[in-house]
Amino acid sequence: MDRSRIFMTLAALLPLLLFVFPLWTITLEAPQYPTPLGMNIYINDFADKNPHDIKNINLMNHYVGMKYIPEAIPEFKIFPVTIIITTVLGLLLAWKAGYKWFLYWGILMVLLSAAGIYDFYLWEHDYGHDLDPKAILKFTNPDGSAMGFQPPLFGSKDILNFKAHSYPHFGALSFGLGILLAFVAYAIGRNMQKNKIK
Amino acid sequence: MKKIIYSSAVMLCSLILFLSCGDRDSENKGALASSAAEKVYVAPGEYDEFYAFISGGFSGQLSVYGIPSGRLFKVIPVFSQDAEKAWGYNEETKPMLQTSHGFVPWDDSHHPDISQTNGELDGRYVFINGNNTPRIAKIDLSVFETTEIIEIPNCAGNHSSAFVTENTEYVVAGTRFSVPIPQADISIKDYKGNFKGSLSFISVDPEDGGMDLSFQILMPGFDYDLAHPGRGASHGWMFFSTYNSEEASTLLEVNASQNDKDFIAAVNWKKAEEYIKEGKFTTMPANYAHNVYDEHTHTATSTMKKEVRVLDGSLPGLVYLLPTPKSPHGCDVDPTGEYIVGNGKLSADLTVHSFKKMISAIENEQFDGEAYGIPILKFEEVLAGTVKQAGLGPLHTEFDGKGNGYTTFFISSEVVKWKVGSWEVLDRQPCYYSVGHLMIPGGNSRKPFGKYVVAMNKITKDRYLPTGPEVTQSAQLYDITGEKMELLLDFPTIGEPHYAAGIPAELITERSRKIFNLTENKHKYAATTDADVKVVRDGKEVHVYMTMIRSHFNPDNIEGIKVGDKVYFHVTNLEQDYDVPHGISMIGANTSELLIMPGQTETFVWEPKQVGVWPFYCTDFCSALHQEMQGYVRVSPETSNLELSWGLGD
Repeated sequence: MDRSRIFMTLAALLPLLLFVFPLWTITLEAPQYPTPLGMNIYINDFADKNPHDIKNINLMNHYVGMKYIPEAIPEFKIFPVTIIITTVLGLLLAWKAGYKWFLYWGILMVLLSAAGIYDFYLWEHDYGHDLDPKAILKFTNPDGSAMGFQPPLFGSKDILNFKAHSYPHFGALSFGLGILLAFVAYAIGRNMQKNKIK
Repeated sequence: MKKIIYSSAVMLCSLILFLSCGDRDSENKGALASSAAEKVYVAPGEYDEFYAFISGGFSGQLSVYGIPSGRLFKVIPVFSQDAEKAWGYNEETKPMLQTSHGFVPWDDSHHPDISQTNGELDGRYVFINGNNTPRIAKIDLSVFETTEIIEIPNCAGNHSSAFVTENTEYVVAGTRFSVPIPQADISIKDYKGNFKGSLSFISVDPEDGGMDLSFQILMPGFDYDLAHPGRGASHGWMFFSTYNSEEASTLLEVNASQNDKDFIAAVNWKKAEEYIKEGKFTTMPANYAHNVYDEHTHTATSTMKKEVRVLDGSLPGLVYLLPTPKSPHGCDVDPTGEYIVGNGKLSADLTVHSFKKMISAIENEQFDGEAYGIPILKFEEVLAGTVKQAGLGPLHTEFDGKGNGYTTFFISSEVVKWKVGSWEVLDRQPCYYSVGHLMIPGGNSRKPFGKYVVAMNKITKDRYLPTGPEVTQSAQLYDITGEKMELLLDFPTIGEPHYAAGIPAELITERSRKIFNLTENKHKYAATTDADVKVVRDGKEVHVYMTMIRSHFNPDNIEGIKVGDKVYFHVTNLEQDYDVPHGISMIGANTSELLIMPGQTETFVWEPKQVGVWPFYCTDFCSALHQEMQGYVRVSPETSNLELSWGLGD
């Protein structure tokens, strides 16, 4: 088997690590929480970083009228199936298809992750802005509009007394590395093709 | 009489001598004063190096301090009701204070001792004695709460307690007062020969720490004062100091001070185990309470036990008496287990016995008579040495693990450092004033952490700002890492501290619990979700299954309660976050508040006597909406037909 196919095989397998490691991680720091509150987002679950963190995030957030973090969302069903399909597809391509297909697979994965991030943003926006009108504490922006509490998509942000951090975890990194390897596999394949022609 | 005058004169002269010594020392202190402050300074947010568990004395409790800062962290309720924590007030902990005399809401707690494994502190439990109504309590150091109390039958004034053996096989109790055993209606004048002492061995389950009164040894009618376990070679022995070998029953200050020597009783408890196995015990009827708090039901149960196995102290090889001068008080064993120190409290000397010599004296039958069938060993044959003229009124000794002993002297008010083996005095530092016990972390184990001595004083006088006739109790911290001891700090303590036990913090912090898991809550009346919330009437009894979480009670409106009802509020804290307890209190309730930890259920009883609408509220400032955490109960006349109803947020 040539090197480009080995790389493509690895590229197809790496996203499977999403079943082991979290996709994303959100951490909330505040003086009263010497051990910060945290939530790990898996492709099929919201999980506590430390025991009872999500319960305690919900307790905090109910003061400003935010909804409870749901036990399950439709994405928890869609994401795993998508990952399995794309992995199977990637393996088939690595086995049989021409190197150009590696590029197409990589582009497909980029599009899928863009869709996923956009979906995550929509959920976050709703979570941070769709507030209970009977909220205990109501904050407004300087312009008089209602203050939202959307956590950052990527990076760190001050939200009232909390500092919120939102960063990809090993799952997302493996996924990204998979995409990168697909492009590498394509490049190697193309070079080998060129050399053959020469 | 002449003798008394003479000895008083000697005491007075020595006192003056020692006081002038003290003055000299305090002059030298100036240069060190600044470093003393640094040595006890624990910066904000930093931790102390040691925990100190300091007995609460007549408060009946156990206090927890940080060393070297001397900061008070917690008062653990043990033998006395504590309204702050609802100890002995809520339905769950009332059984903990049950005894054969009924509910006893107070005791006098003296000697904490930390559990050991292989002769070293293991940080699992602290045991402490109740002196007045004889009991031993166990505090679980994962939660810093009292989880077991066992009453000691055939005992009065459980003073020589609660000391543990090298692997926490046993925790011991001893009777300070000898009494008729079994109790009987006889003349006090018939004390001699009719009153007896008892030494109790309470086994501790190695797995769950459960206590069980394994056996008692019946002893002559002396006063059994203090105890310490053998270790190393002397493991298997327990040493008890005695006084009043005169067997006086009145004016003991004179009548119990007549014999030149009393005894240290060396008890071979391994031998006792053999006798028990061989069936050489008698089973005596008894009546004593065994109270156990269950961490999962969050509820205590009290069981009355009805018999005890008793061994006679005169059984061959079980007990030997070591003559020890001048009514010994403290009975302390050095880290190697070889030396047993008798602190003759009416003396200026310390008597040190040798375990090796004791064994050879026993083998060679070097006896000097007997007391009620118990052999008395020849004084000279067991004596290792004497720390001579070390001070006046020695009480207690601890060890630093570097070959030095530290003894408190009550009358001359000082701590004296001396060398084990050569018995020479190395240093002395004054105490303010009249020191009783002292403590070196691990000082009663094979492995002391010889960095600090905490001296606990009996008299405070002018050491702090005055607070009327009753002033605070006082402890003092000394650095003992150098050749000379250095006084670092005075700090106030609760009650009147007797003994204390210290331990490196890291042996405890790792196991310290933050919350109780709701999923493990097995309380009979727990409401672990809002779906479990209900109010149930059973005749005149009403049970409220209530929850609490930031920042509301569920239910917070209750109607249908009537005058003459007995209302049980079973309240579960649904929080699962560190340090978010909630409290609850009801207007006019004839009991204390509840202070409920996350995941825990507690119960208080309210018997409404007046018609009306009565509020209850959260007593622990829990959140920004704490002041909103409240509710109402409507109380109707006894004849009312109003059905029970309840709700939240309608």
